[in-house]
Formats: sequence, structure tokens, C-alpha cells
Amino acid sequence: MKSLTHLERLEAESIHIMREVAAEAEKPVMLYSVGKDSAAMLHVARKAFYPSPPPFPLLHVDTTWKFQAMYALRERAAREAGMELLVHQNPEAKARGINPFDHGSLHTDMWKTEGLKQALDHYGFDAAFGGARRDEEKSRAKERIFSFRSANHRWDPKNQRPELWRLYNTRKNQGESIRVFPMSNWTELDIWQYIHVEGIEIVPLYFSAPRPTVERDGLLLMIDDERFRFRDGEQVEERWIRFRTLGCYPLTGAVESRAQTLPEVIQEMLLTTTSERQGRAIDHDQSASMEKKKQEGYF
Amino acid sequence: MSAPIEPVYRTEALIAEDIDAYLEQHQHKTMLRFITCGSVDDGKSTLIGRLLYDSKMIFEDQLASLEADSKRVGTQGEAIDFALLVDGLAAEREQGITIDVAYRFFATEARKFIVADTPGHEQYTRNMVTGASTAQLAVILIDARKGILIQTRRHSYLAKLVGIRHVLLAINKMDLVDYKQSVFDEIVADYRAFAQQIGIEDFVAVPVSGLMGDNIITLSEATPWYRGPTLLHHLETVEIDEQVLAAQPLRMPVQWVNRPNLDFRGFSGQIVSGTVRPGDAVKVQPGAQGSTIARVVTLDGDLEAAHAGQSVTLTLNDEIDCSRGQVIAAAEHPVEVADQFEVTLVWMAEEPMLPGRAYLMKIGTNLLSATVTSQKYQININSLAHEPGKTLELNGIGVCNIATDRAIPFEAYEQTPDLGGFILIDRFTHHTIGAGMIHFALRRSHNLPWQHLEVDRAAHAAMKQQQPRLLWLTGLPAAGKSTIANLVEKKLHALGRHTFLLDGRNVRHGLSQDLGFTKADRVENIRRVGAVARLMTDAGLIVICAFISPFRSERDQVRQLMPEGEFIEVFIDTPLSVAEARDPEGLYQRARAGELKNLTGFDSPYEPPEHPELHIDTTALSAEEAADQIVARCLI
Repeated sequence: MKSLTHLERLEAESIHIMREVAAEAEKPVMLYSVGKDSAAMLHVARKAFYPSPPPFPLLHVDTTWKFQAMYALRERAAREAGMELLVHQNPEAKARGINPFDHGSLHTDMWKTEGLKQALDHYGFDAAFGGARRDEEKSRAKERIFSFRSANHRWDPKNQRPELWRLYNTRKNQGESIRVFPMSNWTELDIWQYIHVEGIEIVPLYFSAPRPTVERDGLLLMIDDERFRFRDGEQVEERWIRFRTLGCYPLTGAVESRAQTLPEVIQEMLLTTTSERQGRAIDHDQSASMEKKKQEGYF
Repeated sequence: MSAPIEPVYRTEALIAEDIDAYLEQHQHKTMLRFITCGSVDDGKSTLIGRLLYDSKMIFEDQLASLEADSKRVGTQGEAIDFALLVDGLAAEREQGITIDVAYRFFATEARKFIVADTPGHEQYTRNMVTGASTAQLAVILIDARKGILIQTRRHSYLAKLVGIRHVLLAINKMDLVDYKQSVFDEIVADYRAFAQQIGIEDFVAVPVSGLMGDNIITLSEATPWYRGPTLLHHLETVEIDEQVLAAQPLRMPVQWVNRPNLDFRGFSGQIVSGTVRPGDAVKVQPGAQGSTIARVVTLDGDLEAAHAGQSVTLTLNDEIDCSRGQVIAAAEHPVEVADQFEVTLVWMAEEPMLPGRAYLMKIGTNLLSATVTSQKYQININSLAHEPGKTLELNGIGVCNIATDRAIPFEAYEQTPDLGGFILIDRFTHHTIGAGMIHFALRRSHNLPWQHLEVDRAAHAAMKQQQPRLLWLTGLPAAGKSTIANLVEKKLHALGRHTFLLDGRNVRHGLSQDLGFTKADRVENIRRVGAVARLMTDAGLIVICAFISPFRSERDQVRQLMPEGEFIEVFIDTPLSVAEARDPEGLYQRARAGELKNLTGFDSPYEPPEHPELHIDTTALSAEEAADQIVARCLI
């Protein structure tokens, strides 16, 4: 018999994890960010429950500042999977007009971190799938696949449960919830290869094209809509760019590239010398910042 | 054995020249999970850091922060401290220790690797068992200057315990012993003698230097006498366990019943051993029902065959009962089904293991109640000696008998880890507190089916014209339990009810005369009393129990023994100061004088009921009034 390939084993593991949650949690949900990791996770979910649709909804915690191309793919991906799509926008952030230009890290705190907590509380979800991987960041290497959060969504790194074999302990107290990371053991390259092998649709922004950009604080920003605020002297310049990660467009740095196909993207990724988080403004300040965010409930 | 001399990371040229060929090649990689054992002193983090670094899993920005960190907190002067690559959480990094299992990833042309890294310190057993449970190979590091230490023995024993079939002995820091063959040979000979003792039949030893890179990826010129593979070459070529498991009979624990519409009923799960094909005869266990496989369903189309490790959905040719917790097994080689086992148990919680206490057990896709009935011995992890002991502390390892509340499909852990490995979960905190491995089923559980009784509990109760009840009075010593219990029985007796009073002190003269007042003994005492009380209610009696019964777990366990509605928990609530003031037997006085140990409420904990059926506040009610309330509740 031929051995399973690494992608087959990773997929089988992720399917197993999703089925355990579907069988044991009361009200699961899958967090869906429309990025490539979400796309791969959603694809695995479809495989896990086929011919049934995945027995939980998708939840997009929206900041209203995502790329237009992401909104375009969002509805279609949910429809094709036969899943309900829930979209949550933090009403308080909306009322206060919180935006990435004026509010810096408050923007992420309110729209994403607070927005996520609100949505989970509002719907009463007790288990939420997320696409985070252990290879993303040093502190993630120790994150469990099943991560327990207190009733106020805090993560206590000292009080997580040991995970043995394929036996996941999903028991929890009233009000507690679980974040489940079925893709924990995948690396960025695994995700790209899987998308390639499986022919999974991803947002076109991952592929290079001439796009309107400005250079700001060392990041290449794309002008995605008329809300973009220019600083004095900034000139729009068309550049061949693509994105390695997708978030709020005024906070997400592009890379200059000519990679227009998936193999070319993978080729660039393999030959590149910087990690994928570099394009995100969030953890430039200090190496332990992700960890602090996590304790506060950021995914 | 010959080994490649050239580097195995030749990929860059291929990536640049022909990405499609590269992708094609990399889609056929296999995957190996391994664990590294050793302390920081052995150079373990340095070794892992080097594997990541040399396999280009570190990017420039990470390297920049690594260089900065190396200068700030590193131990290698101006050179890069690879160990910092694999240290994690900020608080731990500040303290210079890592406290858990971390998983790292790297890949070569042949394989993807997942490394479980468990640093050595007092939590070692728990963490290593956790990391090793998903590993197929253990890299055991030895400092060439020090040879085999107690910790080497400990690591090897744990690796063997968890069933790791492949051991790679990395004899590290060869640069510090001038790459002498004699040093290497002596350590290998010592290790071989020890390995045989604990049942490790085979291992591969490699002389390495994590710091200098010798024999890790390329064979070193410094060790011309060494003829074996490099460390990485061995990792790339060692046989993967799924291949062994695929050759065994089919077993698939059912995770989820897949029922999109009335026309489709599939059983989803991950195959843990064997191969499945349409037409194969299977048995659904526990149970006697058999069928044949109709389809192996996946989103990519039906499969002609699926093997150990794959997650699939099976449909059967017959409409038979099959649900989560059952195992679909090869008809001619079914699994065993039993409810009592001999196991090795590894304890993972601060709260000790207590025989008699009911825990939740997760095994395969079953979640059920389980009790350690007795512990045969514990294992001293340093000397490997068998030592007596009733309980297990954190990081303790014991061989125990365990009983489950229903029969489950299983196999010996050694044979099929996914059907013989289990975790224990605390019923109240819900933490994972133990991990176990089944050796075999105890015969008596097969041979002792329940005898059907013609005169059943309903018949007994009807004869007495009453509803059986178990009135369970719990509270601090000197709370007034016995006084109130006596009054309750007198009143019920006067009303013509058939009753019996089990009193905490009296059972210690007979039923529990062999037990003391330790936590473990208290748990066992309540287990016995619960079983006796249940038998008495079977006989139709109203049973009154007056016991301190300090732990929620055991009171809950007795409740579980009883039919719904028959267990009435009565909390005799007396503040400690009041109980101490009454103190008819002078217990508190003696405890204060240091003459009495383990007095509940004083130096042993009392866990008040959270939702008792009846809450008696003895500072507001007389004993007579309390008894009246209890009688009234009993006769509802």
C-alpha cells in the first residue's frame, strides 16, 4: 500500500477534528475571514461532512474595511458550501465611526476583538473553528488545537488541557467556549499546496496585477475605494502587486510581484526571505504582541 | 548502510527553474511526527533550531529578531543562539524556561516533519507523554561528555510506555569529546544493555554536534569512523506506523452519523487500522449485527479502497443500528468488548487519583463513566521499580484495574493505539487529568453478566406499599446529621414505613473497618455505602444515610447509582463556628491540639452541595423541625 501523503494526513486529521466538534459541541460555528486559510479550512469542512453540508454556519466578523474582492467572494463561497453566512459588524464601532486611519490599534480591538466576542455571545456559540496555524508565530507553537476561553473570552496560557492522541476533551463549564484550530499542524506552504492540488477558489488579490498603490511607513498600500485618506504629498502609483495575507485594506501591506498563477505564487513564497506576518501592521511593535492580543481574545 | 554525502536541501534550483516539477514532487511527500527528549543542557533546542534553520523554515525577519535576541538573552555570545528559535511564550522566555509541549514544522524533499518539543523539568512526565502520544519516533539526546543519565532512562522508558516504535539516540556535543569513536561506542553499548531491559528492541545511534552541524544533514569529516546515516537521513527513511496499521484488520470508530436526507445514511470516521473496500463483511460493535460495505464515500468521489489514517464515510448494505461510539470492524476479526481492564495510568493533575471516584473516560469516540477499582503498583520513573501505593500524584505512573459503566469496544494499546488509549476527565472541573493505556480486559467482566431477578425492585417496593428513597444527609462533623437522621427514621417508622439508617460512624465498625480518613479512603467509604444503600432500596426500603461525605464527586456518584428522583440530597448546613462550639465528641478540640488529622472542615476540605434537594439551616430550625421537613420531602 502507498503511504498517505502529508497533505492527505493533514486533511484527515482536520476532518477528524471537525467531526469531533460537530458530534460533541452544542452550537458550533466556523469563523470565516475570506482569506486563503479560511478557504482551505472551509474546503476541508465540506469534505468532512459530505454529502451533508457542514452542520454549522459561517461567521464573518466584518470590519467594513476589507477589500472589495473579499466581499465579492464571501457570499459565493458560503452558497457553494450550502452553509448559512452570518455577518457581524460591531454596532458600537459603527456608531463611533472607528476606522483604520484615525484610530490605530483601537480599530482592530473594536471591530475584530470586540466584534468577535459580541457575535459569539449574541448567537450563543460554544465552539468556534478558526484557521490559525502553529507555524504562524512562535507563541502559537504551543497553542492547543482545542483552546478554552473563560466566559469573558480570556485565554489563560497556564490553564490549557493536555491533548493526547486523537482524543479531544470538549467538556466545558457553563458559559465557557472553545476555539478550535483544525489546521494547527499545517504550514503556509501546506495551505498553498492544498489550494493548488484541490483547485480551491481564493480572492484574486493573492495573484499579482497592476493595482493603484501608495507607499506609507514602509508598507505598500492599495487604494481599494474612495474612503482612502491620502497624506500630504502621497502620489498614487500603479504597481504590480499581490498580497500574502488579507485584512483591512488600509492596514495590509502588499508585495511587489509578477506572480500571476498559483505555482508562481508558491515559487515566490519558497524563495522569499520574509515571513507572511510581516505585511501586517499588528505585530511590528514587539515579538510578544500576538500573545497579548490572544489573551485579550483576539483570534 | 550507506548515506548520502551531499546536502538534502537541493531544492532551490528546482524551485527557480521548474516550479511545476517541484510541486509535483512535493505533493508526494510523506509525514513523520517525532518527539525530542532531553534537557536544554543536552543541546536539544539547539538541535531543533538547526533543523529549522538548515531547512529554510526561518525567514529573514525572524532571523533578524533572532540575532537581536541572541545578543540580548542568548547563551552563545555574538553567535546565533538557535535555542531561542524554539522557545515560546513571553513569560517563559523571561524566566528562561519553557513549560509545555511545542510543535515545530520543517520539511525536506522527502517528508514533512512535525516535532514535539518537551523541555525537561518537574512537569516532564505529563508533557512528554502528551508529546509522545502523537509521535512515531523519539530522538533521545545524550550529552557525549556525560553518557547515560537517569533522565536518559526516564525518557526512554516513557517513549516505550507510549508505544513509540522507533528510537534515535543522538549522541550530541561530539565536538567537545574530540569526535572520539571510543566515547560513542561506549555510550551505545551502555544504552543497548539498558534498552533491552525495558523492551526497546532496536535503536539507531548517531554521533552529532547540534552546534557545529556534524552528521545532522551531511556526514561529517570529523567522524570518518561513523558508517551510519545522518540524523536527517534516518528521519527521512524510517518506516511510518500507518503502514503497519494498514496491514491489521479493519477498525473504524464511528464519529458522526451522516444523514443529509432519507435516502442516505453514512457513518463518518477515521480508519484507525486496516483497509476497507466495498463488499467487505463488517460487524458493528458492541453488538452482533453484521453487514457489508456498500460505498466508501468522499467529496472527491467513491473510493475503491481506503486505509488506516484516512477520514471517510462508509455506507452499509443493510439497515442496521450504528451510532457514534460504535466501531465498524472486519467481520472475521472483530474487536473485543469489555467493561473492566488492566491499564497503565499516567496522572496529569494536581488533584491525586482516587480509586473509587467516578471519572469521565474518553476512548475512541466513547465518553463514559469509569472508576479505578484498585491500583496494583506504581512505577518509580527513576529506578523503574514497582512500588506499593493506592493513589497517584501528579506525574505518577501506575498499573491499575479500571471499570467502565458500560461495555466498550477496545483493543490493547500496543496493538491499536486509537482503540486502547484513553483520557480521564474530572467531572467537575472538566480538565483532562489522566491518560491511560489498556493492556487487556479482565476476564471476570466477561464471565459475570447480570443475573435477571424475577422479584425485582418494583415488586419489593409494591409489597411494602412505598416508594424506595435514599435520603442522603451531608454536612460538617457535629453539624447534627446523626441526631436529625435518627428523628427522621423514628417519624417514618411511626408512619409505618420500612426504613433503615446507615450511619457514618457505625459502618466504620464493619463494612469499612479497613479504611482510614485519607482522601482516598473517604472516597472508597462512600462508594461502598452507596452500593449498599442502592441494594437496600432495591429491597424496597427507605434508606437514610448520615455521612459527612465531603466531596461532590462521590455524592454525585451515589446519585448516579439511583433511579431518577429517588436520591434526595439533604444539606445539613451548620457554620463551622457553630459545629465547633457544639463538638459533642471533642473532635475539633483534638484537631486543634494536633491530636487528630484530616478532620473535615478543619484540615480536610468540605465541598457543600450546589443544588441539594433540601437545604436545612440548623441555626434557624430545631432538629425536630428539620426532621419534619425531611419526612415531608421524602413522602412527596
